Amino acid sequence: MSKVGLIIKREYISRVRKKSFIVMTIAGPLLMGGIFASVFLLDKVDNEQKTIVVADDSNMFADKFKSNERVTFIYSHEAVDSLRHNSKVRGYFGVLHIPAASNLPSLEKAVTLYSESQPGIELVSKIKFTLEKEINTSKYIEAGIDEKRLEGIKTDVSIQTRDMENKQTSTGLTTGLGFGAGLLIYLFIFIYGAMVMRGVLEEKTSRIVEVMISSVKPFQLMLGKILGVALVGLTQFLLWIVLSFFIFQGVSMTLLNKKSDMEHVKEMMEKRGAQNNPALMEQQADQSTTEQINEAMSTINFPLIIGMFLFYFVGGYLLYSALFAAIGAAADSETDTQQFMLPVTLPLILAYVAAANIISNPQGNVAFWFSIIPFTSPIVMMVRIPFGVPYTDVILSMGLLIAGFLFTTWLAARIYRTGILMYGKKVNYRELYKWLTYKG
Amino acid sequence: MNILSIKNVTKRYAGHTALTDVSIEVPKGSVYGLLGPNGAGKTSLIRIINQITAPDEGEILFNGEHLRPHHISQIGYLPEERGLYKKMEVGEQALYLAQLKGMSHAEALSKLKVWFERFEIKGWWRKKVEELSKGMAQKVQFIVTVVHEPKLLILDEPFSGFDPVNANLIKDELLRLKDNGTTIILSTHRMESVEELCSHIALLNLSKKVLDGSVRDIRKTFRSNTYEVVYEGHSINLANSLWGEFELVENIQLDDHWCAKIKLTGNSTTNNLLQSLIGNVSLHSFKEIIPSMNDIFIRLVSNKEEVTL
Repeated sequence: MSKVGLIIKREYISRVRKKSFIVMTIAGPLLMGGIFASVFLLDKVDNEQKTIVVADDSNMFADKFKSNERVTFIYSHEAVDSLRHNSKVRGYFGVLHIPAASNLPSLEKAVTLYSESQPGIELVSKIKFTLEKEINTSKYIEAGIDEKRLEGIKTDVSIQTRDMENKQTSTGLTTGLGFGAGLLIYLFIFIYGAMVMRGVLEEKTSRIVEVMISSVKPFQLMLGKILGVALVGLTQFLLWIVLSFFIFQGVSMTLLNKKSDMEHVKEMMEKRGAQNNPALMEQQADQSTTEQINEAMSTINFPLIIGMFLFYFVGGYLLYSALFAAIGAAADSETDTQQFMLPVTLPLILAYVAAANIISNPQGNVAFWFSIIPFTSPIVMMVRIPFGVPYTDVILSMGLLIAGFLFTTWLAARIYRTGILMYGKKVNYRELYKWLTYKG
Repeated sequence: MNILSIKNVTKRYAGHTALTDVSIEVPKGSVYGLLGPNGAGKTSLIRIINQITAPDEGEILFNGEHLRPHHISQIGYLPEERGLYKKMEVGEQALYLAQLKGMSHAEALSKLKVWFERFEIKGWWRKKVEELSKGMAQKVQFIVTVVHEPKLLILDEPFSGFDPVNANLIKDELLRLKDNGTTIILSTHRMESVEELCSHIALLNLSKKVLDGSVRDIRKTFRSNTYEVVYEGHSINLANSLWGEFELVENIQLDDHWCAKIKLTGNSTTNNLLQSLIGNVSLHSFKEIIPSMNDIFIRLVSNKEEVTL
């Protein structure tokens, strides 16, 4: 076996056998499953009924407020003040006062919701939506448009996004896919880049490193470590994906086993979306969602995306892990690494922040430059790719990433080979620059 | 035949020069001491021989060939800053390091077993390195340095950190390896610790070589022709006997006898001195005062003279 092969093998086996690796591999998906489960459980706990008394002095809204499993609306003709005073005793959450108004515009600003505690945005928007709808109808009628004609006037626009081959596309799906891939790369670089750094530091502090580099070249040692850790990362990710799948299955089976629950979740989600944007609800209602997603899925070029993902996943990791290795070599202890960490992690964080922005404008200038520059491209390009990127951009970006990787590795190797033999020396950037000029 | 020829090597770091035009010849089968105070350039030179760094100027020949990466398998190196992977098992780690020196797995395993038996540490094979005491770890480090049977063994400050028992064990092993034809380079700033082992030495100071050659030749050059004489009798008799051809450097009384240091002057010989003494005092002992490497070093450095033999 070649020397690099031996090093890769040791780096891989020594990490995979560690208890912390096994614990993290099992705990990772459990943690995710736990978060997933607790969101649902919390939502269930939060599901307590609220009662709102409607004091409708205008008499325009009789039976217009529909109760659901979260809010019950009851109507009362008592005076608002007495309702307010007795709300605690009677267990009301709030009192909605709609005063009698001489005209509709004055009514618009006159409604008050009294409540024991601050009402949620969901509740307020539900009430607002009902009020607006009824006042609107009244206004039309006042203007001489009868309800029948009104039905005819009502407009319901829904835009379908289709590609040039007239196939259904889904912006939501594309966004999710791109962002998910970018996030994975971001996490991978951070977790395993730091692992490389700690590995180098360990060799330095345990003083094995000089024995090692009398047998192998510093570059071989660095490369072996980077590749070994990459394999550890891939193994862990693969296991996470497999385990997460099973845990997700398990959680959904136990938490959502009853059909009513399933429906409830679906309904809840729809309502959430609808209350923020009422038009959406109706749009969603008359579309067969599954069919659309299936068609949208078929327009996404999965082999391309998976291929790209692997390329940027590996390329981004290699680019950064070389720098992390150099940091480990330059520092004497983990606390020493801080001053060098910032410039390395800054572009990563920037890329991640930019990615959120780029989703809304995947073909813009920011998107272009961030997906070309090697330090941000692994994350940003992945966000862009599902939206369709010109081949010239992709080739340029990939080429630059390879060049960037070669450059950082060269740079890192020069810092590494000097740094690993420097014990107990406080290193600054000027010192690092000097190391670059030493003859190997 | 020299196993290692270092020719005019210069190594500069930003701000200082670690080695200035250093040339050293290491004969095959010798125990070569690389001596000098801390910061003289010993470790820099050793790292160049191990191809950890490259010289800025000069060249190095190994067995007459230009030093190349494939020579690594013929060199064993125990650095001053030495350690092991703490979380690895002893046997596994020894196998790993032996394989990195180019041994096959099977070969490394069988050779290591022999060494582990020889050092009586067979029971440690499956122990983690972090469970070992410092002395135990040192034995393992020594084994992995020599297991691939290097033609040239380089030990940087080998006895620093070794307890006396282990130090003796290592000394014996080094002598055994030397008898089997291994060339050994020892580097140390404690010159007295290796004098008895070395057949050749080079003295380094402030990045320059100030002296090199065989220990015998160096001693010959630096002998002061001074003898220590322990005798009984009157010191006045001694003084009389030395009339003319000898110089009395020191004469002190110890209980019932005297100890004198006498230097030969002019063309007088040891025999002349003895003849003169025997007639006048009763001798207990007579021996030449041999300068230690430390004395020689201090003399050279303070005089700033360069001596080539």
